[in-house]
Amino acid sequence: MSGERRTAPPGAHYGIRDWLLQRVTAVLLLLFLLLVLGRLGISSGSGYGAWAGVFAPLPVKLLAVAAFAAVALHAWIGMRDIWMDYVRILPLRLALHVLTVLWLVACLAWSVRILWSV
Amino acid sequence: MSTPPPIANPSRAPRRGPRNIDPASLLAYSLPLPAKVSILHRASGALMFLGLPVLLWVLDLSLRSDRSWEELRSLASGTLPRLVLLALAWSLLHHTCAGIRFLLIDLEIGVSLPGARRGAWAVLAASLALTLLLALWMFGVLP
Repeated sequence: MSGERRTAPPGAHYGIRDWLLQRVTAVLLLLFLLLVLGRLGISSGSGYGAWAGVFAPLPVKLLAVAAFAAVALHAWIGMRDIWMDYVRILPLRLALHVLTVLWLVACLAWSVRILWSV
Repeated sequence: MSTPPPIANPSRAPRRGPRNIDPASLLAYSLPLPAKVSILHRASGALMFLGLPVLLWVLDLSLRSDRSWEELRSLASGTLPRLVLLALAWSLLHHTCAGIRFLLIDLEIGVSLPGARRGAWAVLAASLALTLLLALWMFGVLP
């Protein structure tokens, strides 16, 4: 029992989870970018009609919401890393973490409203 | 995992233990190209994070109606809005290209020193070339 505990690495173990999440969201966003560019490429028209047509079907809207959620998670991990690297004053770092989360949640909510306007 | 060799800091007495380099002392070093691409990956990500409302506002105008689409077109005819959009476009292009490179490095592709330098060059060149094409199209040089 105590032997097992001594061999287990220390820490809260969210580092590897966040590392993986950053890469999973990156690949999802890459695929979403290719999907939007692809659909735009195969649409015959141009201008507003073609662009709005990409986001009109419900499956694309749902994928777009998933993509924006992936952006929020990806940006959270990235910005958290930036604050952790450069902001040494703990209360200030905590405040920036909270503001980052609020900023991303607000943007995510706004993006949902935008998608359902078309 | 091997620890990187310590970096000599010309301005300060040596300290023990790992530490980050503060942004001001970054200017004292000439970073190798892969390091420049890496810090630009971070900078472009931060720029997009701050520019999220701008991007969402553009998305809103582009999707709401054909009238708001035209509104966006006339807004995007000014030089300053075009430069802002180009900065965000470069951020997305650089972040995407550098991100693909980092994913390949995770798969142990391009990890040798010459490979890492070639990859960094490719990322920098591809994102700048695509941004230039976009700029030429935006300012009416390209159809």
